[in-house]
Amino acid sequence: MANMVRRHTTSARLWRAGLYTLLIMAALVYLLPLVVMLLTSLKPLDDIRAGGLLSLPSTISFEAWSKAWGSACTGMRCNGMSGYFLNSIAIVVPAVAISSLVGALNGYVLTKWRFRGANLCFALLLFGCFVPFQVVLMPMARTLGWLGLASSTSGLVLVHVVYGIAFTTLFFRNYYVSIPDEMIAAAKLDGAGFWRIFWRILLPVSGPIITVTVIWQFTQIWNDFLFGVSFAGFDSQPVTVALNNMVNTSTGVKEYNVDMAAAMIAALPTLVVYVLAGKYFVRGLTAGSVKG
Amino acid sequence: MSALNIRHVNKTFGSTQVLKDISLAIDSGEFLILVGPSGCGKSTLMNTIAGLEPVTSGEIRIGDEDVTWHTPSERDIAMVFQSYALYPSMNVRQNISFGLEMRKMPKAQREEAVSRVAELLQITPLLDRKPSQLSGGQRQRVAMGRALAREPQIYLFDEPLSNLDAKLRVEMRTEIKKLHQRLGTTIVYVTHDQIEAMTLADRIAVMRDGEILQLGTPHEVYNDPVDMFVAGFMGSPSMNFLPVTLVSHAGASGYALQIHDEEQGGAALTLPWPVERDTQELSSRVGERLILGLRPEHFLEDDAIQETSGEGTRLEVTATVVEPTGADTLLQAWLGGNEVTARLGPKSRVVAGDRVALRADLSRAVLFDEKTQRRLA
Repeated sequence: MANMVRRHTTSARLWRAGLYTLLIMAALVYLLPLVVMLLTSLKPLDDIRAGGLLSLPSTISFEAWSKAWGSACTGMRCNGMSGYFLNSIAIVVPAVAISSLVGALNGYVLTKWRFRGANLCFALLLFGCFVPFQVVLMPMARTLGWLGLASSTSGLVLVHVVYGIAFTTLFFRNYYVSIPDEMIAAAKLDGAGFWRIFWRILLPVSGPIITVTVIWQFTQIWNDFLFGVSFAGFDSQPVTVALNNMVNTSTGVKEYNVDMAAAMIAALPTLVVYVLAGKYFVRGLTAGSVKG
Repeated sequence: MSALNIRHVNKTFGSTQVLKDISLAIDSGEFLILVGPSGCGKSTLMNTIAGLEPVTSGEIRIGDEDVTWHTPSERDIAMVFQSYALYPSMNVRQNISFGLEMRKMPKAQREEAVSRVAELLQITPLLDRKPSQLSGGQRQRVAMGRALAREPQIYLFDEPLSNLDAKLRVEMRTEIKKLHQRLGTTIVYVTHDQIEAMTLADRIAVMRDGEILQLGTPHEVYNDPVDMFVAGFMGSPSMNFLPVTLVSHAGASGYALQIHDEEQGGAALTLPWPVERDTQELSSRVGERLILGLRPEHFLEDDAIQETSGEGTRLEVTATVVEPTGADTLLQAWLGGNEVTARLGPKSRVVAGDRVALRADLSRAVLFDEKTQRRLA
């Protein structure tokens, strides 16, 4: 940092050099799995058998990627990841949209239309953030059965919405607490009602927290395995379940390059979302701590 | 017909009663100011008028309609908030026209209303800006524009100038007064600043602990306060309160006030009570300790009054602090064990430590009961 007063003695410089070396090493160690995955996915199978994990591929080949996407076997079927990738999208998009919207409404009511017991209500909702997935498996299975949603995409969407509401409510509630009540009072006096205030006044200033919530929910739901493997039907399995089925297969030759490519494909969307919106994620997390 | 009529309004939060049987009526076109220290209930009273908080009991009428249980949007009122409360996502034009849009005014009329108030408040060049691009004073104007565009029956101002710097606050104060004179609007205005209250109001309601202590014109509230609280709250610097003893005296009124002055070797200082201020009440109080209220401007430097008359009692004091403000000079001095503030003319050359001869103009002084703090004379 240029804007820092710091000693310029030899020992201070040595310390600094040592510090940076340590930090760079740590960063490399953390990056290593990704590097190995990427390298392996681009190697032909012969390279993998012959060389070490970190050796560079003799020829760069995207064959493993296209096989993982289109023709690799996941359990009984051999259509690759593509169908499951679309399944995941069909689950994630509505689940994220609905849970975020419900969270926003909850946050709005808990902060701007306070009722007797609002704080208790919020405290109880927060419990939802700490309930482990495993606990809800059985009751959720029964519930889905009653609702006739077992083994369906809608059922999975419902599960993720229910589980996500605790988090989305927490995010929006804490964001809306910092929005002055006077703004809502002004809108009431201007003649706006409950929904108008929400759509016209509050949502337009919710950009940062919407970003946070969407990234959070997207990552959670996309990466979910347990709910997917428990509640999905044969045709609605998400990409994480498919990846497991592909990698854990015990028949045939182990195609590490295809496995790695499949894992990369499964991980890519959350990475893309974070790269595109990560800046806003950090900004949104700190929003409200400093007055805009 | 009164524009706003508040009848026996009570408001409790849990076990604390924040409004205690408040009743007041405002005529159409009147500028009423609710003033008092923080926590006195003035903002709560305003919120009940706006419909932002329900009353516990009582009735609120706007025009000849009972609006006690009407929602804020059903009451024909507009409010200007201390924080301005502009909608950050909308530009100035949209901020001003939002209320009109909610009330289903056609677009052409809305635009007309926006340009009318924009011109009135000189914010036309700002119409396409977002609130975040405006200065505090400009935001204040937009907030007023938003209220004015609606042309409601009653305007509510909740400490609208508190967030502005001193100079701008004085400018906007004048501007609000001009607007009121020009448009003849009915305004209820909350402030804790007694100067704002004095300068703007047709009538002032001084509040404390959920009660209206006094409701009157600025002149009445300033010159005829009902008790020590009102007397001390209105006016800056505050009124001086001196413990005195009422005694019989050979002068015209038959009474005098004795100030026990330790500085002058414990000798009592005697101030004859002016005959024109004699009241029935005083005759039964001879010998009792009372509180004398003297405003800083009721002291005159002796030189300044010599040419007019020998009225008032000559008091010799030692100046402890002298604060020249330019327009006049504030003098703090010990008078019989109490520090008093006197407002001297700008020409005064007194410096701290000087002995100064003052005269107290008792014809404008007030007397209070020491215990109840109520006004006696």
